[in-house]
Amino acid sequence: MNGTSRPGFQQMILTLHDYWSRQGCLILQPYDMRMGAGTFHTATTLRALGPEPWNAAFVQPCRRPTDGRYGENPNRLQHYYQYQVILKPSPPDLQELYLKSLELIGIDPLKHDIRFVEDDWESPTLGAWGLGWEVWCDGMEVTQFTYFQQMGGFDCKPVAGELTYGLERLAMYIQNVDSVYDLDFDGRGTTYGHVFLENERQMSAWNFEVADTDALFDLFNKAEAECRNALDANLPIPAYEQAVEASHIFNLLQARGVISVQERASYMGRVRDLARGSCEAYMARESDRWARDFPEWAA
Amino acid sequence: MTDFLLELRCEEIPARMQAGARKDLGKLFGKEMQAAGVPVGAVMVWSTPRRLALIARDLPESTESVREETKGPRTSAPPQALEGFLRKTGLTQDQLEDRDGVYFAVVEKPGRPVRDVLAEAIPAIVRAFPWPKSMRWGDASLSTESLRWVRPLSGIVAIFGEDLVECTVGEIESGYATLGHRFHHEGPITIGGADDYQGKLRACHVIVDHAEREAMIREGATRAAAEVGLELVPDEGLVIENAGLTEWPVPLLGRFDVEFLEVPPEVIQLTARTNQKYFVCEKDGKLANAFVCTANIGAPDGGEAIVAGNRKVLAARLSDARFFWEQDRKKALDQHAEGLKRITFHEKLGTVADKVERVAKLARWLAEEGIVQGANPGLAEQAARLAKADLVTEMVGEFPELQGLMGGYYARAEGLPDEVAGAIRDHYKPVGQGDDVPTAPVTVAVSLADKLDTLVSFFVIKERPTGSRDPFALRRAALGIIEIILRSGLRLELDYATYRAGQMLKQQMEGVLPAEQHYDWIRENLPAELFLAVPEFFVDRLKVQQREAGVRHDLIDAVFKLEERKDEIVGNLARVHALQNFVGTEDGTNLLAAYKRAANILKKENWEGHEAEVARTGEEDPLALVDDPDLAPIIAAKMAERKAPGLSYTPDAAEEALIEALDAAEPKAAAAIETEDFETAMAALASLRAPIDRFFEEVTVNAEDQSKRAARLGLLARFRAAVHKVADFSHIEG
Repeated sequence: MNGTSRPGFQQMILTLHDYWSRQGCLILQPYDMRMGAGTFHTATTLRALGPEPWNAAFVQPCRRPTDGRYGENPNRLQHYYQYQVILKPSPPDLQELYLKSLELIGIDPLKHDIRFVEDDWESPTLGAWGLGWEVWCDGMEVTQFTYFQQMGGFDCKPVAGELTYGLERLAMYIQNVDSVYDLDFDGRGTTYGHVFLENERQMSAWNFEVADTDALFDLFNKAEAECRNALDANLPIPAYEQAVEASHIFNLLQARGVISVQERASYMGRVRDLARGSCEAYMARESDRWARDFPEWAA
Repeated sequence: MTDFLLELRCEEIPARMQAGARKDLGKLFGKEMQAAGVPVGAVMVWSTPRRLALIARDLPESTESVREETKGPRTSAPPQALEGFLRKTGLTQDQLEDRDGVYFAVVEKPGRPVRDVLAEAIPAIVRAFPWPKSMRWGDASLSTESLRWVRPLSGIVAIFGEDLVECTVGEIESGYATLGHRFHHEGPITIGGADDYQGKLRACHVIVDHAEREAMIREGATRAAAEVGLELVPDEGLVIENAGLTEWPVPLLGRFDVEFLEVPPEVIQLTARTNQKYFVCEKDGKLANAFVCTANIGAPDGGEAIVAGNRKVLAARLSDARFFWEQDRKKALDQHAEGLKRITFHEKLGTVADKVERVAKLARWLAEEGIVQGANPGLAEQAARLAKADLVTEMVGEFPELQGLMGGYYARAEGLPDEVAGAIRDHYKPVGQGDDVPTAPVTVAVSLADKLDTLVSFFVIKERPTGSRDPFALRRAALGIIEIILRSGLRLELDYATYRAGQMLKQQMEGVLPAEQHYDWIRENLPAELFLAVPEFFVDRLKVQQREAGVRHDLIDAVFKLEERKDEIVGNLARVHALQNFVGTEDGTNLLAAYKRAANILKKENWEGHEAEVARTGEEDPLALVDDPDLAPIIAAKMAERKAPGLSYTPDAAEEALIEALDAAEPKAAAAIETEDFETAMAALASLRAPIDRFFEEVTVNAEDQSKRAARLGLLARFRAAVHKVADFSHIEG
């Protein structure tokens, strides 16, 4: 209960960085755009394509406007952190590597009940799916563990393993606090609430009540157009950024409650087309080089 | 005789797939052994989340040698035939045997060591394994052709007797070593063979037999509840699921805050069950503030930390549920119902609010017409207007399975009448076979109206079920209607009900479409065919539904295809039942035979007689014939004519007896049918049996005297018509 005697939120991140760095991962920084999940980071989506080995770990702030609760719900936030690890090809001991990381941040698997519970991941927006589990710790989902099978509509060759840790949940568990705002951020008593509570209040109000919906619709259309503009110039990475932007604008429109059920599917389809188009262009641009360096991949 | 052990170890197999996987492993193994000619004794298949294991007892060391003979062409056949045969068998001409001018290829296949057979069978089994969903992984997945398994396959143990069955699948080589419990045992375990497998794993905290784990969970959870004076709510699905998630199951009881019990118990049970896989407990038949989770480890603190963690997770879930429960009740159901205007029911059928409008009117109509007796029309309409409102509540958004149920709770909470709350709660019922069928009148009206609207509306827009495609579950809707009708004995005329439901849709379209398009809409969407198609669909469903009760489908046709009948289910089905009893008797069997004989003669003689006098186009409304006041005297005259054709000759005794029998039976049957006393109607038919048999025995129909012939054919036609008053025997098989 006494937060100051335990490692804080930031120590947990540093421990994970140190651990995955030692496992051969690049330690990247968050993508500098608003996005709904770490999976949107190009280090995950675009790098999951193609044959080149790729091992990376990073923290990604996630924005889920509809999950905002004005700072009043102890578990729900419209802005929170995911810790992402992507290992391509998936190593044979990925489960063991992951469990070791849990131990390092303070979860003893002989005292706590760790379970791999079926949960297949799918992102229609990204044209992606994979098989895996949600990892439970004493009944709480703490990580999404996925073997990517397809991304952007393309088979993953080879398959990448993706770990997504829910950092706040894990920290709440380890620090034994009931509200996310009571988390010890730095191990010296500065709370998560001190850092983010006001942010949650203001952002919730803006997401739900204030954001100018006409401007948002306009931004969506502009992102869509810009994505196509970049694709026309065969620039898949900037195109993909616009797809990510459109996706977030769509989430904001949802939070403002101005997209009807019927329209919803159509907007999601538009975002999916942008994301897929970007992945396709990325594949097209790189595939000659990949085929040359990895003859087996092209086969 | 030698035993064989196979273990396929992989990362966690989804619990729901394990039972199927065990079956498939047994099946594939049996198939491989049979193909190789290996007789197999007892086979056991076990599963845990991390392994599939098979033990086959009493295999031989090697297979028997086999002599295979193949018959070839005649020795006199052209050389091409011989060449082809040699190519097929891979032999030369001097290796063939000549038996009486026919070539035979005889191949002696020596016996093979079973260990070799197994070494080939294992990769074949792994590659052919029919997982519902499978994946690729690791370095090899650079190619899409790489090995697929439900999750990465990580080890194979294959031991025949004490010998390793050497094989390689993908990048995995078979061996003696496996792993124990993920956390309770470190490092590999060496297995000696089939006999020590289960024991060695048990020593390493793995209960490999799923049935044993299931028993541990079932009994352990029951005991944990009993120890604190509670009763576990049994849930076999949860037992199996938890056994599929653990290798070392340890049921643990925890408590949750008693204040959460203000949330409806179904909500608590559902969130505990589906989200957390917990059992719930009762005290004196009421939900208690306790849960049982199943851990996969024996923790040194007796599971205290595990229970504390699980308790917290459940508390978070229950807080969410309580939040929804409180939020939703801040608005009345009619306010929630406003939100239905935003939900599309179907693009051609408008919003859910539009559907609700139609259902409300239909429900009122069903009550007002007295079709559903005892239902207050006002309450039926009110309940229908609120029945779908919970679809837009937070709780049902989170737990869609609680639709209806939550509406019922919210209705009660805002003080609506019990009949209304009950109707909202139960109007989806019956959902499947074996589900409760509502009987409360208001509920019946709403449930019937809802399903009728769904069925007719989708028929109108031509979204009718075909083959296995029934995306809008119309068969289930029809079946639900049939069950409700039968349970309460409702007299619902199907064509009329279809017409009413169609009218509701028509009225809505009036509001949406300009006048000229509205006319086109009616012509296109409400054709006469619709009012035949819907009742026919019901009859088809009725046949399926009644099959289980042993009711013959041909007898259903014999009644439901009668032209003179009411287009409803209850009375007609009673007639079918009476008919089925009757055709099972000796009288029935004989009468059927006589009927067929009469019908055949009439057909052969092309006799149309009186029955042909009213032109039929197949288009007319059968009810119009009966109800049309202008036609009534004509029909009455025809009937009279048929009854007393006035013979120009003295009838034979048998002929006269039949006439008398018909004179007696016809009014008796007609009166009995009028009062739905079908037993009496059948008895009236039975009274014809002896006279018709005698008639066939003694009277020549095809008499030379044309007037006799015509009269006798007329008499047979009259007999047939009399039978048809009760049932159309031409549909009866046998």
